[in-house]
Amino acid sequence: MAGEKPLDFAREITNRLGGETITRCYQCGTCASTCPVARTTERYNPRQIIRLALLGQRDEVLKGDSIWLCASCYNCQERCPQKVEIADVIYALRNIAIREGNIPAIYTEFAAGLMSEGRLAPISKFLEKKRADYGLPPLKPTGMEAVKKILAATGFDKVMFKKEGASQ
Amino acid sequence: MTSYALFLGCTIPARQPHYELAARKALTKLGIELVDIEGATCCAPPPLQSIDLETSLAIAAYNICLAEEADLNILTLCTGCFESLTIANHLLKEKPELREKINRILSNAGKEFRGTKEVRHYLQVLMNDIGVDRLKQSIVKPLNNLKVAAFSGCHLLRPSELLRFDDPERPRIFDTLIEALGAKSIPYKNKLRCCGGLLRGYADDVALAIARDKIVNAYNARADCISTLCPFCFLTLDLGQMLIKTTYKEEYNMPIIHYAELLSLSLGVEPKELALDFHKIKIDKVLEKIG
Repeated sequence: MAGEKPLDFAREITNRLGGETITRCYQCGTCASTCPVARTTERYNPRQIIRLALLGQRDEVLKGDSIWLCASCYNCQERCPQKVEIADVIYALRNIAIREGNIPAIYTEFAAGLMSEGRLAPISKFLEKKRADYGLPPLKPTGMEAVKKILAATGFDKVMFKKEGASQ
Repeated sequence: MTSYALFLGCTIPARQPHYELAARKALTKLGIELVDIEGATCCAPPPLQSIDLETSLAIAAYNICLAEEADLNILTLCTGCFESLTIANHLLKEKPELREKINRILSNAGKEFRGTKEVRHYLQVLMNDIGVDRLKQSIVKPLNNLKVAAFSGCHLLRPSELLRFDDPERPRIFDTLIEALGAKSIPYKNKLRCCGGLLRGYADDVALAIARDKIVNAYNARADCISTLCPFCFLTLDLGQMLIKTTYKEEYNMPIIHYAELLSLSLGVEPKELALDFHKIKIDKVLEKIG
């Protein structure tokens, strides 16, 4: 964003749930060296994401592909000497990106599953029959009425109805 | 008899009835009563946390409220559910401001998180409610020194500050419970590293490369099977071997077996009573070795 100071983005992140610890980072790189994804592909480096964010490179961080490549394994967070909650920071960045319409297709599917059935993986007729064949009890209904009220209260439903964006 | 609210999550009932079946049979045999709770939904795992952390906490808290109302602690099978629910439970118990905020959201659905219940993974139930000694005494068919590559999945151990399950760098609980069945928990390279499962659907090539490492490392350590606790790890490694075959032209035939299945077999449940046809990689070699 033109005219924005680097620290504005850092402040925006620290004010979000999950993002509180980002400014503790001193760039030692323990996160990247323990990350199974960073070892596999050059597309992802958690230290670099944090650096870019702290330098105020808002668009590069939020519109890029990198933040979507964290596998949420928490190795980095477990080993960070500064107690930066790195995996949670990535969630906070994804939360901001999604609010601005950068939503990878797979996340739209997850959200749709939650909003329509209260489950990310819907139960098929085939599985219902298989379950019965094996003597498993029928599944109890999900509390959709409650889910819908919760999603309305947090604004989740509105966020997910935004135009899909460029992240993938 | 100890009773728990059984929290199944989404993936186990929808995709992996073999896990549910084995877990129900084994835990019931060991005297644990599993109560199916009405109204439970998705636990709000990483994919939903990625969309909105606050909503995810509220959904997790809603599910915990159902157990509070039933006056039961929660038992989870899926490692992902264990993580989502445990994190929410600990954060909301320990951070009054956050709890107030989430309770304001929950009030729209007529719920209030009170913080009166615990979330347990079934390994904790085996370890603490049953105990290794009693478990050993219940084994009717020891697993004959089967060489098992234990793979707990990330979200049983990390973030350890909130999950408080075991030492995150040198965990012992899962290995102890494998050895209680008469099997050997063997060391293998990068044992605690992720399976890559959560990248499936966004970066399938990266996910598969990480899964392949896991299979190769267990294969090189001459494991008879990899034992899992998490339905995502299972899917990533079991179905993953089909994809490894087509993508890398490599075939490992490494059986992936949920610990609950090994537990059931050692407690004397017959293979035909388990839904073993849900395994893509057949586990016949393992059944032969167990005898």
